[in-house]
Amino acid sequence: MTKPKSKLEDSKPVWLIFYCLFGLGLFLTMLLQGADIALFNPKGLIAGEQRNLIILTTVVMLLIAVPTIFLFYFFAWKYRETNDKATYDPHTRHGKLFMFTVWAIPSVFMVVLGSIMWTSTHKLAPQKPIASDVKPLTIQVVATRWKWIFIYPEEKIATVNFVQIPIDTPVTFQLTADEAPMSSFWIPHLSGQLYAMTGHVNHLNLMADTSGDYPGSSAEINGAGFAGMKFIARVSSKTIYDSWVQDIRTNSSSLSSTEYDRLISPSENNPAAFYALAETDLYDKVVMKYSGSHDHQANDDQTDNNHAQNHHMEHE
Amino acid sequence: MKEFLLGKLDGHALPHEWFTIGGSVAFVLLGLFVVLVLTRLKRWKWLWNEWLTSVDPKKIGIMYFLAAGFMLVRGGLDAIMIWLQQAISVDGSQGYLSADHFQQVFTAHGNIMVFFVAMGFIFGLINYIVPLQIGARDLASPFLNTLGFWLYIAGILMINMFFLLGGEYAATGWLAVAPLSGPEFSPGVGVDYLIWSLQISGVGTTLGAINFIMTILKMRAPGMTLWKMPLFTWGSLCSMIMAATVFPLLTATLFLLFLDRSFGTHFFTTGGGGDPMMYTNLIWMWGHPEVYILVIPAYGLFGEIVSTFSRKRVASYTANVLGLIGVSVFALSVWLHHFFTMGAGADINSFFGLMTIIIAVPTTVLVFVWIATMYKGRIRFTNPMLWFLGFMGVFATGGISGVMLGFPPADFQLHNSLFLVAHFHSNVIGGVLFGIFAGITYWFPKIAGFKLNQRIGRYAFWCWIAGFCLSFIPMYILGLMGATRRLDHYDSSTGWQPLYVMMLVGGFVIATGVALQIVQIIASAIEKRRLRDTTGDPWDGRSLEWATPSPAPFYNFAAIPQVTSRDAFWEMKKQGLPKPVYEDIVMPKNTAAGIYISILAFLAGFGFVWDIFWLAGLSILGIIICVIVRTFNEHTEYTIPAAEVEKLEEARARATKAADAHKVADTGEDMGLREFIKVVLKWAWDVIRNKRWRTW
Amino acid sequence: MAHMVTALEKSHEEKVATDRVMFGFWVYLMTDLLMFAILFAVYAVLHGNTMGGPSDRDLFSLPLALGETLILLTSSFTCGLGMIAARLGKKNQVLVWFGLTFVLGLMFLGLEFREFAEFIHEGHTLTVNAFLSSFFALVGTHGLHITSGLIWLGVTLAFVWARGLNAHMVRKLALLSLFWHFLDIVWIFIFTIVYLRAFV
Repeated sequence: MTKPKSKLEDSKPVWLIFYCLFGLGLFLTMLLQGADIALFNPKGLIAGEQRNLIILTTVVMLLIAVPTIFLFYFFAWKYRETNDKATYDPHTRHGKLFMFTVWAIPSVFMVVLGSIMWTSTHKLAPQKPIASDVKPLTIQVVATRWKWIFIYPEEKIATVNFVQIPIDTPVTFQLTADEAPMSSFWIPHLSGQLYAMTGHVNHLNLMADTSGDYPGSSAEINGAGFAGMKFIARVSSKTIYDSWVQDIRTNSSSLSSTEYDRLISPSENNPAAFYALAETDLYDKVVMKYSGSHDHQANDDQTDNNHAQNHHMEHE
Repeated sequence: MKEFLLGKLDGHALPHEWFTIGGSVAFVLLGLFVVLVLTRLKRWKWLWNEWLTSVDPKKIGIMYFLAAGFMLVRGGLDAIMIWLQQAISVDGSQGYLSADHFQQVFTAHGNIMVFFVAMGFIFGLINYIVPLQIGARDLASPFLNTLGFWLYIAGILMINMFFLLGGEYAATGWLAVAPLSGPEFSPGVGVDYLIWSLQISGVGTTLGAINFIMTILKMRAPGMTLWKMPLFTWGSLCSMIMAATVFPLLTATLFLLFLDRSFGTHFFTTGGGGDPMMYTNLIWMWGHPEVYILVIPAYGLFGEIVSTFSRKRVASYTANVLGLIGVSVFALSVWLHHFFTMGAGADINSFFGLMTIIIAVPTTVLVFVWIATMYKGRIRFTNPMLWFLGFMGVFATGGISGVMLGFPPADFQLHNSLFLVAHFHSNVIGGVLFGIFAGITYWFPKIAGFKLNQRIGRYAFWCWIAGFCLSFIPMYILGLMGATRRLDHYDSSTGWQPLYVMMLVGGFVIATGVALQIVQIIASAIEKRRLRDTTGDPWDGRSLEWATPSPAPFYNFAAIPQVTSRDAFWEMKKQGLPKPVYEDIVMPKNTAAGIYISILAFLAGFGFVWDIFWLAGLSILGIIICVIVRTFNEHTEYTIPAAEVEKLEEARARATKAADAHKVADTGEDMGLREFIKVVLKWAWDVIRNKRWRTW
Repeated sequence: MAHMVTALEKSHEEKVATDRVMFGFWVYLMTDLLMFAILFAVYAVLHGNTMGGPSDRDLFSLPLALGETLILLTSSFTCGLGMIAARLGKKNQVLVWFGLTFVLGLMFLGLEFREFAEFIHEGHTLTVNAFLSSFFALVGTHGLHITSGLIWLGVTLAFVWARGLNAHMVRKLALLSLFWHFLDIVWIFIFTIVYLRAFV
């Protein structure tokens, strides 16, 4: 069974692959000139930590992946049939040492990665309030079909598809949903995402460190208007933020219950809107609307909520 | 009365969108063509007796391949439609699909690719190869096997019904996550089609899994202990045990979703005390292992391919098998990593994160074993080996990105983004699909009796690799730029459009690869005489499937082989093959019960989709009657006397000798594309000039 | 019971085939058990979500559930006796014991039906709240299993009566009794988790 020497078995294709990959890389670099790679361009504390973690894990993984992949292709190449110089030994023994090594190497890596995971997961838990000297800001978020409603309970204002926060201030987003499927609240420049679900309150803490406008969206599919469920997260200085709040409180119409009902009925690609808040317990009503009768779910969340609040106190 | 007879079904359901009308027309034309050809060639009876009612796992395997191949094209068209929409729908433009249609397309793409392409191919391979590898003549329950296959076909029919008859498909994503899939947010029939398509084929999968567990554990050739089983059989065993474990969960979950939708219960609804988060948990308890059900047989067959083409036994069989088992066990305990973002505490998240990265340990062990197998081997770069080498590169990216996604804080950023989509496509295309292609090229001579054209196969391979890079490298980057998956339109200010266009281009390159694979099969058939495998052992193989002629006779082995070691056939070849002693062979009779039950299951599902409850009820009654008739039929087997077996074997030997005499010397390279086009044009010219269609 | 060699299972092939089928049926039962596990889990999660309606304690009647349990346990016992008779090849005894099992199964089903009908009549249907949904799904699925077991039992008995006992029939009866014991065990869990737990 002597096969004719196939084209693959001279080294041309190997170089061809390299050239192609190199070309692709070059092309992509040109394409991405000036593009904003959000995850590598964080504008806040949490997003920054998350970027560092992504890079760290990749580097650790590459420490094992690169030699492995290299060895894989190197052996495939070296022991090719047409290479007369390579030894052929079908009786190579792979004994206990081999067995030990193949299990030990990845296990050691996983211990390293595992400890990184444990600490980073606890450190970057979205529920965890951010320690800071500045008084934290709480924003209540309601995902509806298909827009985001932001309620500022203390400032007594509400906005739609637009949220503004002061720079270097810890912000707690309390996420829930009303008359909507699960949605995912995501501002890539500032922090990772968390789900907004009816009857539940999820806490997402973040802190911005650079002024600017950052895109936010729903990352989880939730119906026809999914792609248009976007908002702008504006980070500004405390003074600009304060005058913005003042402006809305005095110049915008108030968020009546009829207006709220209009907001939660389905509509797509909504522009930003601003309201003064009439009912301060609007958010609690929205959450309680979905509780079961023994209301253990809502209670759990409520205690969770209080818990988080207490943490805030401690930090303050 | 009309409501009773037709349920929700009325004229509005009929296809009225250009792509559903186009789809219906294409399906109907294709069907007409097949009917015409069969009638013209008087092949109906042959088709029914030899194929449709067959209980031979080899024939069922081939039917799986055909159906899955067809569905690969169907799902691939969906992929192109998705990318086309995303490449053009910027700013004011809505593209050419509405949001709802776009969402239906990607949902169908996901369901078809997982359930009907990957599962179909894997079941095809297991059907054809596992009985041969363990030296069995048949499966433990041939009837369950045809039933499983026909339920799979019923599932295919169901998922395509929205084309043929109309209505709509689910617009919820492939897992139909609640509450989006509930009656409140998806009132149409789309989700019902999804439920019943998956439910019917899922039951088929459970039955198939039970059958293969029985077969592998109870029907191995004498002497083949568990620790002497070939690796693909090991992979299949692990995979089938997982399938039998998790598919019941899918059945139960979809059943509850069906109750929510059709009977107004409150399992996963937002109101009435329902708990949508529970659906997410339940569906992923099935959904995560499902991916491993697909990839573990592929891991197994890679072990065999690398060993065969390195001319060396696998470096550490024990480590390899433990690796397969390890992956299967850990895969059952990681489902929560699909929704770290749901807001569980850090302890729960990091536990499931740890379990997730632990899977990387047995997987890495497998890679090390493959490397050590190549070490000091003599490696032949045949096509199966090429797919294996390609697999490694693609799969490594998928693995690395997978570990990144396993870190909850990183997952908060990467989840639901195109990074995630690129990750699982790396694993599913690189691991599952390349594994399937490697397996099919490897075993093709056993299945068809001739080898596949290597040259065009190489072209196809490079198209797949290039297309994959062009499509999925930009996809990873898009994810890092903050692009979420499933967007039907976006703003140009994001700067994403060039990358989306690149993905579309990559899609066309992959499509070229698929086309070349079809060309490859045709070209091989043209050169059948030169590529014929008369030995039964074209690759100098190591396991039992090569001990029988190609294609294998319907009874697999004239005499059941006696196994004494791993790499059973390799040892046999060294010691010289024993002269077979023939004995009576008991084989199962063909049965159409599987077809009848599946038709009824389809009708029942259809009834439930459109609320035609009399149809559903009658169909279920029919199924019960069919099952009773079948199970109390005691005459399901027949015996071939030893003398008859000997006669068949001698006839085969004579035919092989004759073929050997006529065999064109296997010199030179296989037919290339240019030559292929020449041959096809020549044939077409001949047909036209001599008006040959008159004799068809 | 597997070691009891009977006159009916003579040949080696028969024994191998029976062994295989029994094994396969065990695997099937495991898959079925997993399905029930999901329904149990769902019930455990949702049973408190009554939306202000009556809770499990208000609705369930412990004596009724206890009665159902006793009936089903007895039917398992008669089923076991029937299996012994089958292995000994005594056709008439088989018909009597399994016939008794059938009647007891029917009684069980009747009681369950009465319970359901009562709930529905009082307006506690499966669409009212998540608790009732999960209750009807769990207990109803068990009831459906009992129903299919009864159909299977009835048909098998008819065949035994008509064709007599042969190896095939004994195998069928063995599978059937396995199925019946399995349903009994599932019911014990239902009795404990759904009914008993409501009153502790």
